[in-house]
Amino acid sequence: MEPRKDDFEVRSKKLQKMTDEQLDNYFWELVEKVVDPMIDMASKNTSQSIERSVLLRMGFNSMQAKELVNKIFEKNLLSKGAGHIVWKVAKENNISVKEAGEKMVDGQLWDEVDRIFKGGENV
Amino acid sequence: MKLDPNKNLDIDNILKDLDKYRPRRKGWTWRKKLPPGTKKGDFEFYDISEDLKNSIPLPTAHYFGNIDPQPDAVITSEIASGRFEEDIRRMRMAAWHGADHIMVIRTLGQSHIDSLIEGTPEGIGGIPITRKQLRASRKACDLIEDEVGRPINFHSYVSGVAGPEIAVLFAEEGVNAAHQDPQYNVLYRGINPIRSFVDAAVAKHIMAEEGMLQIDGAHNANASAKKAWNVMPELLVQHGINSLYSVKAGMKKENIALSTVPPTTVPSPEFRMNLIYAMTLREVFKDYKFRAQMNTRYIESDLFDATRVHVLNTVLSKLTSADIQSTITPDEGRNVPWHINSIRGVETAKHTMVSLDDIKEYVQINEEKVRPQIRDLKMRAILMLEEIIEKGGYFEAVEDGMFVDNGYYPERQGDGIARPKDGGIGAGSVVPRDEDYMAPVCNHFGYNNLPKDEEYDKVCDLIGGCTLHNPDKIQYIDELDETDNVEQRMSNYRENKKKGLIKPEVEWSHDGVIQIDMTIPDTPEYAEAAALEICKKMNLEDPQVISKTVLHPSEGTYVEIKAKVPFFVKRDELTLPKKPDVMEPEELFEYFKNRKVKVVAGTVGNDEHNVGLREILDIKHGGIEKYGVKYTYLGTSVPPEKMIDAAIEIGADAILASMIVTHNDIHIESMKKLHELAIEKGIRDKVKIIVGGTQINNDMAKANGMDAGFGRGTKGLHVATYLAKNLD
Repeated sequence: MEPRKDDFEVRSKKLQKMTDEQLDNYFWELVEKVVDPMIDMASKNTSQSIERSVLLRMGFNSMQAKELVNKIFEKNLLSKGAGHIVWKVAKENNISVKEAGEKMVDGQLWDEVDRIFKGGENV
Repeated sequence: MKLDPNKNLDIDNILKDLDKYRPRRKGWTWRKKLPPGTKKGDFEFYDISEDLKNSIPLPTAHYFGNIDPQPDAVITSEIASGRFEEDIRRMRMAAWHGADHIMVIRTLGQSHIDSLIEGTPEGIGGIPITRKQLRASRKACDLIEDEVGRPINFHSYVSGVAGPEIAVLFAEEGVNAAHQDPQYNVLYRGINPIRSFVDAAVAKHIMAEEGMLQIDGAHNANASAKKAWNVMPELLVQHGINSLYSVKAGMKKENIALSTVPPTTVPSPEFRMNLIYAMTLREVFKDYKFRAQMNTRYIESDLFDATRVHVLNTVLSKLTSADIQSTITPDEGRNVPWHINSIRGVETAKHTMVSLDDIKEYVQINEEKVRPQIRDLKMRAILMLEEIIEKGGYFEAVEDGMFVDNGYYPERQGDGIARPKDGGIGAGSVVPRDEDYMAPVCNHFGYNNLPKDEEYDKVCDLIGGCTLHNPDKIQYIDELDETDNVEQRMSNYRENKKKGLIKPEVEWSHDGVIQIDMTIPDTPEYAEAAALEICKKMNLEDPQVISKTVLHPSEGTYVEIKAKVPFFVKRDELTLPKKPDVMEPEELFEYFKNRKVKVVAGTVGNDEHNVGLREILDIKHGGIEKYGVKYTYLGTSVPPEKMIDAAIEIGADAILASMIVTHNDIHIESMKKLHELAIEKGIRDKVKIIVGGTQINNDMAKANGMDAGFGRGTKGLHVATYLAKNLD
């Protein structure tokens, strides 16, 4: 960034009249303006780490979670939610979530995934 | 399992059945404050918390009935040995000295690993954070907290590219607190800004639901900026962004602690600058907690210099506020922290905080003086926020290098850290959630299209429970690396231990490292070379200079060196000094009732130190008077002649001569003189001459004609026993 001289006196003119409380409130108002778009973005997006954190909570170990998320990411299906995919596959095959995930780690059931999440009613 | 204070922590026992170990509680715990005016010993305290069951008090405590008042703030000790089995031993030491927040530093590079690590590999400058390491450490903390009688908060870092996973791991394993601040990833770890913030919201939400305490990362700006005192406006902005982002991710304000470090140090006029900053921060963030840390930006290799800075930093905490007082080891500027320096850091905090008990009721800040400066700082932070918004938001501001600039905002030097919005590690890895995005687990942040046709109380009912509600679902992986794990490291340790081999250590068992210091009367260059040569001649291995203080460019240089001892000593071949033989008080009362004993006492020569002697004599200190010995106290700096004359005059059975000053062996001279004068005056066989002092021991005293010598730690009981056993 370009260097700049301290122009505090000019720029702070409008703030000088504020009470301390007003300054504090204004500070937080501005922070909120910075933070809100980012938190909104976070709520609408996901990442591989987030999806692995979901699979961990579902009872998969770190290696299984990594394997599953890598495969799902490659298939461009992370946007569905990795946990969602495993859950749905388990449900459709009437097996436990754990079993479904383990089979998927072994390379099985991926045609199911394609069937359910591509071209199906969930798209 | 219970710890025995006289036995080492049994690492094998910690490792046993770890797959079944569950944390006994989750979330953060504050200390329990005691009511104002609570008495400890002779004194009233106003800012203290409950005592420990087992502890090691400050060095002077033995003059004060061994009280060990605990400040009301939580005290942190950071531990970073790279081996968890060594970390937990130091945790135990730190807890005994008053630390109840144990912060485990991560190994170099873990923040760039895009998944979890398993097992117990060795780390560099910290420990690889893994499930096994966390579980073993938490189990050890549980045992240690039972031993000291106060809950221990266990802490590590939820940063890097695997934040959400680490947050889940921490939640599962009962980690009580963590650093979490996406700005840290962006500015100092080169991780993609978008990924950092998206991940952070999920991680924070998980932490929030478990009641974990969060510490932010703003202090890294003043650890990074060359002119750290100039980043004060930005620090307010960084704290603001992370705090409000955390609140919006679901965290309670009382679980958010601002990591604040006094930004400057001497020789700048430190205190007034740091004071304004500390006060401003505490006003703007009044609903939040404060974790005050000591300054590390300007830490040098001199332990005393670091300690002085840390004392002043802690004074500032007491004059403003600190919910958590973090400690930095004073040796951070010279090596990976050693055991002793972790303890010194904790002692510095405890010492300063106890010494300043209730000080805010006595000292008030001059509001007239500070107000304009506080307002100035607030306005500068506001102007920075305005510019961030003008630029289009945080990501654009970071892209332009608005952060960690060395100018005092709005001044800019143009040397800030710039990070592109679409660059860095993990760039392009963020994916928008589809309309049917779903995550069938609890504590998940953000959009979640949960099935509407299913019935459930909590989300994880969909999958028959998640690991946060049903820990039996957690899969425990023991080790993945056959060569780099705790078992391998322990085999040597076990062997040495079994054989009873002892080696000094500073960090790891049997590391053999010792520190020696010397003053060489030469220039710094020659002093350093000479010191290393001297170490070689002493057969020490790998000598390295760790600190140097110039006393004068040519007259002298003080050098501290670390080196390795190449041998072990055997425990069962050591001879321990005989424990002083003491009689029961009743026996002594009886003896001195029947045998009236008179002694003369004083400090000899030019020696004004009489505290020790008074303790040996006075009834109120448990001195010999208590048992019925009559003493005549001659005062301080008594010439040997006068002592002998006084002994003759009152017909004393013994002379008690105290000698603290030992310069030029003056104490040896005094002993000889007392002995010779007593012979000259013909009383040597009628009077016992007993000497005492911190540098005195019995052998030395006897070698110089005395009947007995008593050193450090002597009580009246020891001297009384000697008299009873040795007088006719």
